[in-house]
Amino acid sequence: MYAFDVVRPSSLDEAVAALGEEDAQALSGGQTLIPTLKQRLAMPSKLVSLTGIADLQGVSADGGTITIGGATPHATVAAEAGSFPALAQLAGNIGDPAVRNRGTIGGSLANNDPSACYPAAALGAGATITTNSRAIAADDYFQGLFTTALDEGEVVTSVSFPVPEKAAYVKFEQPASRFALVGVFVTKSGGDVRVAVTGASNDGVFRWSEAEAALSGNFAPEAIDGLSVSGDDMISDLHGSGAYRAHLVGVMTKRAVAAANG
Amino acid sequence: MAEITLTVNGRSVTKSVKGNTLLVEFLREDLRLTGTHVGCDTSQCGACVVHVNGKDVKACTMFAVEADGAEVATIEGEAAPDGTLSAVQAAFQEHHGLQCGFCTPGMVMTATALLRDNPKPTEAEVRDYLEGNICRCTGYHNIVKAIMAASGQDVTSIAAE
Ligand SMILES: Cc1cc2nc3c(=O)[nH]c(=O)nc-3n(C[C@H](O)[C@H](O)[C@H](O)COP(=O)(O)OP(=O)(O)OC[C@H]3O[C@@H](n4cnc5c(N)ncnc54)[C@H](O)[C@@H]3O)c2cc1C
Ligand code: FES
Ligand code: FES
Repeated sequence: MYAFDVVRPSSLDEAVAALGEEDAQALSGGQTLIPTLKQRLAMPSKLVSLTGIADLQGVSADGGTITIGGATPHATVAAEAGSFPALAQLAGNIGDPAVRNRGTIGGSLANNDPSACYPAAALGAGATITTNSRAIAADDYFQGLFTTALDEGEVVTSVSFPVPEKAAYVKFEQPASRFALVGVFVTKSGGDVRVAVTGASNDGVFRWSEAEAALSGNFAPEAIDGLSVSGDDMISDLHGSGAYRAHLVGVMTKRAVAAANG
Repeated sequence: MAEITLTVNGRSVTKSVKGNTLLVEFLREDLRLTGTHVGCDTSQCGACVVHVNGKDVKACTMFAVEADGAEVATIEGEAAPDGTLSAVQAAFQEHHGLQCGFCTPGMVMTATALLRDNPKPTEAEVRDYLEGNICRCTGYHNIVKAIMAASGQDVTSIAAE
């Protein structure tokens, strides 16, 4: 690793001010950033730790919405997001217990890894990502591989999920990393169905609109019989070809719908 | 450099560390607590697992400065001062839960965290909890058996020695 300082502010204002300095970068759980630093793929002058800021911690449920502080670790979401079981279950299946004790929702959404789980939940549930300066709808937030609507130095302070009537997340795990080879998050609220797919596309998480249309008429696995996504724009690597991932999108969507129907 | 004060295995320690010093480097090199191992340095293997404020974490993927003010527990603190092994350690010995022993500190710390939250796990829960701990020798069987035994459950029906 290159040399850098780490500061641990206790308030958001201090953190935002520190992030305004040249080459400063946010550090949350470090489960993605520390490996990146070890590979010398980043050269920040200063890391601004967000985990000591009380306002960025915790899970709260209010009416039909569940709000998660930006620096809340996956283990806390798994334990405390009981009013949105599909989300709690997703958090409880990220990586392994030690990763879940450190890794956070804000870090995952800021990073927007094409194989990460939380982006599927945020897009699939129509979440709102709140930062120190604004609120961003999930539909506008994800902008391709490792790219988001966040500006330099902008901090994800919380994420609010409207709790759907029915929901499920099903991931086909890449067995070594436990990231999603393909993961699908499906929600239904009244006639509104959303299907968000992670792990598959070269453009990162996306909504499968044909499946959404079919499922809003008939929320059953058979509704998407005959539908498929093209393998052309899918990630192709040693774990699976684009065609294989495209096939998995259909299979995982059906399983997610079946699971959401309980 | 930043000065940090933390408790390691019940003892207060104050030292200056660089920002990019990993917690595992601090434990091994500054405190000479070499029981915590580095197997991969890429957050995959779990040989470096320690407890920070009671939670199991990979010490290769956390900075020492982030442990300022925390209570850290490492494998060195698991046995009693007179050398009496913890329940998990004793079960690893009794059930042959190790061969070369390289993964063992991380396995013991992970298992200890599991049993604190879930004192009577099923075999499936034990295997699931060990997802981030890799062992290249044992095939996991006797590790799982040892953890089940440490939880006070009957392991006679867990076959294959
Ligand atoms: C072994 C292993 C297995 C894993 N398996 C999975 C898996 O199955 N599914 C999955 O989804 N993920 C998985 N992960 C990734 C894990 O969930 C990470 O914790 C997560 O992607 C990043 O969160 P973090 O808090 O660790 O962020 P960090 O590593 O601290 O930061 C990541 C990036 O986000 C920025 N950042 C952090 N917080 C904020 C914020 N609040 N606002 C703005 N920017 C911010 C940082 O500057 C950095 O660029 C795995 C990781 C490991 C090591
Ligand atoms: S050395 Fe930390 S996980 Fe392998
Ligand atoms: S006993 Fe050798 S790696 Fe586990």
